[in-house]
Amino acid sequence: MNKLKCECGHFNPEGTILCESCGKPIEENQHLDGNDKSKLLNMRYEGSARRSLTYNRTIVDKIWNFFSSVRNGVILIVIALIASGIGTIFPQAMYIPANAPNRDPSVYYEETYGILGKIYYQLGFHELYSSWWYMILIALIGVSLVICSLDRFIPLYRALKIQKPKRHYSFLSRQRLFSETPDFSPEDKKKVVENLKNMRYKIFEQDGQVLAEKNRFSRWGPYVNHIGLIIILIAALLRMTPFMFIDDYVWVREGERKVIPSTDGQYYIENKKFHLEYYDEDDERYKEAMERMGQLVVKNYQTDVVIYKVKGETIPGQEPELEKVTEDAIRMNEPLKFDGYRLYQSGYQENEFSTMTFGIFAANDEEKSFGEFTVDLMSPEETYELENGFKVEISQYFPDYILQDGEPTTQSKFPKNPAFVFRVYPPDSDEPEVSFIGIGRNIDPTGENKYRLGITDFSTHYASGLTVRKDLTLPIFVVGAAIFMIGVIQGMYWQHRRVWINEKEGTLLLAAHTNKNWFGIKRDIEKALEGTEINMVVDQEEEDLEKVEQTATQE
Amino acid sequence: MSGSIAAFYVIGIVLYLIATLFFGNTIRDKKSKEKQNKSGKIGFIITVLGFISHIVYFILRWIAGGHAPVSNMFEFVTFLGISVVLAFIILYLIYRIDILGLFAVPTALVLLAYASMFPTEITPLVPSLQSHWLYLHVITVSIAQGILAISFVTGIIYLLKAVDQSRRSKRTFWLELVMYAIFLVIGFVFSTVLFKALDYSASFAYIENNQSVEVEYHMPPIAGPKEGVALQENQMEPLIETPGWMQGKDAPRKFNTVIWSVIFGTIFYLIARLIMRKRVSAWIQPFLKHIKLDMLDEITYRSVAIGFPLFTLGGLIFAAIWAQIAWDRFWGWDPKEVWALITWFFYAAFLHLRLSRGWHGEKSAWLAVIGFGIIMFNIIVVNLVLAGLHSYA
Repeated sequence: MNKLKCECGHFNPEGTILCESCGKPIEENQHLDGNDKSKLLNMRYEGSARRSLTYNRTIVDKIWNFFSSVRNGVILIVIALIASGIGTIFPQAMYIPANAPNRDPSVYYEETYGILGKIYYQLGFHELYSSWWYMILIALIGVSLVICSLDRFIPLYRALKIQKPKRHYSFLSRQRLFSETPDFSPEDKKKVVENLKNMRYKIFEQDGQVLAEKNRFSRWGPYVNHIGLIIILIAALLRMTPFMFIDDYVWVREGERKVIPSTDGQYYIENKKFHLEYYDEDDERYKEAMERMGQLVVKNYQTDVVIYKVKGETIPGQEPELEKVTEDAIRMNEPLKFDGYRLYQSGYQENEFSTMTFGIFAANDEEKSFGEFTVDLMSPEETYELENGFKVEISQYFPDYILQDGEPTTQSKFPKNPAFVFRVYPPDSDEPEVSFIGIGRNIDPTGENKYRLGITDFSTHYASGLTVRKDLTLPIFVVGAAIFMIGVIQGMYWQHRRVWINEKEGTLLLAAHTNKNWFGIKRDIEKALEGTEINMVVDQEEEDLEKVEQTATQE
Repeated sequence: MSGSIAAFYVIGIVLYLIATLFFGNTIRDKKSKEKQNKSGKIGFIITVLGFISHIVYFILRWIAGGHAPVSNMFEFVTFLGISVVLAFIILYLIYRIDILGLFAVPTALVLLAYASMFPTEITPLVPSLQSHWLYLHVITVSIAQGILAISFVTGIIYLLKAVDQSRRSKRTFWLELVMYAIFLVIGFVFSTVLFKALDYSASFAYIENNQSVEVEYHMPPIAGPKEGVALQENQMEPLIETPGWMQGKDAPRKFNTVIWSVIFGTIFYLIARLIMRKRVSAWIQPFLKHIKLDMLDEITYRSVAIGFPLFTLGGLIFAAIWAQIAWDRFWGWDPKEVWALITWFFYAAFLHLRLSRGWHGEKSAWLAVIGFGIIMFNIIVVNLVLAGLHSYA
């Protein structure tokens, strides 16, 4: 690498604009920061040698330069912003309402939104946020974040580390805040330094030349918050691996115990009870609102569960031995956590029967009852014997009855619409009567039955829908977000302030720079100069502005 | 709302109205060299009293309902209005600029008027909202947006003063468009108040998502629901139907309100143009003679510098934590979430352009105005047009 030697003796890397040590402008590079055209020096990155401004030959240089430009970064952000907006014009595929006539995206969009919907679907906007180009866009923003930060942070860090209290006259006089005081008294100078020290400036002194500096750490704020964002992006990438992220769903009935999916069969869940509670209609507080809405408002969805873990090794086919892990209630906003998994209350189904009670009546007299029996619909018994000698045998059971091609059959094994073929044995008789009974059906196939069966009671149970989650990336997101916030606050609410107090041929040179809030640093200097004969710094930019304004009004 | 709660609510609004008049009085006095005059001070004190009245409203309603009043659209938009006042009070205490009050307090009033569009009763909390994160999330977001609203206010004042009105240009066109939008908002407030005073009512039944729903109009139905059936005798026959793609809750009624706002707003705008005989923005400009541009620019930046981190915290981080607890995922590309991300991206771009590419002054002011436009889009359009998880009330 070519080294540029400054007259102060410091060797600067190629592309340096202001000497890292004394700040003297390096002649041939002044156009890079636009210093050749202005009176004041561009201090944004201390005039340090940024790779992007120094090299532009190879393809690597060109890529680096593209991504290191804040302008290009903002353009990428704006594109992402517009793309994200487009994704909200119509609902994304996952938000197609559950009660839509046809939930197939290829039909839904055209049916609901017409030709625009069809185009939306064909362009793939219905899954915009997981499309390859959207992901590339976000990735490019990530790359831009990294390169922008490196391009600036490394040289800036170097320059601030190497800086010396003694600065070149052309550096000091071209700062925005500057003053010269010939014939000053050394006591005054001492006093100013002392005052600055009391304002918690760090004082660096070398051969009578002084630099007072405060809050340098705030310069790192932008880089810290970018690190936070990069961590968040990495976490989002990790989330695509099943090792870090599991997403599954389980339906479990009241009283049922079953294996939790996506846990390698290691965990079982038992639903002890599901609660669906509504707000009291007479609740004074909400009466008005509920009357307007004209419906009950749900107060609580809750599943009382027991979680079991399989104990030891299990041979296939063998019933596993279970060990209770925890017993708790899962509510909305209160997921259950165990061994890295989380269970969320996500849904419920009400329409399942758990028991049905049947009565035996005389066929010609509905009032005359011969007794009752109750069938557990999840595990019905083969026969039921009544105390008065009646015996009832289940000939066929259809948990979810439907008539298909003239044949009775069942749609599922869940008791949503149970129906039975019973054989009824009256006392002391071997000749059964056959009855078919279900909800809203009661058929006597022979027409000669002396006894009639009827449903006298039933009970229903809920099935609770629970989301099963394992997400090891959560802590990474939390760390990323925390670092981001720290970085933003660090960079935004403190200012890096520097005051140079140099002597040159008996004249005191006072110059100051801050990265923002010029009003604040001026106040600091005023306070430091109080009671001394040293001249207050002049704001050379304001001076310029006033001149411009004056000429403008004269015109 | 019960008597005393409603009383504190209305007293606050009346005080803001009076305060606006006092702030308005400050610009008449063009010769006074002082930044601050007596009228401005009185205006500020009245604003603070109004704010206190609203804090009392907030506490009483919290006690009455058993949960913080930030759980439905009425409560949220109301709180946003109060937040704008809070942000104004803070920034006024730092910078002592009266003109800020003249623009910020009416902004709050408009938000309060918008809130009144929604049902005002205390609603029970559905299970998904029963969490302390509700308070943390909504309150932080509101305060952040309130502070960002101040950057919009100073941005507008900046543009009104800085844009050269002596000849037509793109800048005068866009600024005038913003002025027209403000007239539409005035039209909205006017039509809401007018028909409320007239106690107008009409109702329809219609089909939404395969379910029959009823909607009650408080303004004459220019746009009725799609295939809606009139439920009251002698009610006005709608002239047009609300397009089917407007999916939000009570979309037809809200769409109808938009139409009335446009009608009244446009009429008022045309009247204003007739009286002023020039662009509204050109008419306002001379009143702003004594305002310092760099001060406005400083306030714009300061409010974004405070508002952006707060918004990140409340609108993205708290939101994500809560979504993780309630809905089992911290991010789900719900329209409201996406627009919060867009808002965040936008203000991030604002800060990069300002800090790293030197977009100060007028450019910054334009961005501040657009940024607030995005926030309002997220509150109004996303709830009106797009159905999603956030479409409460």
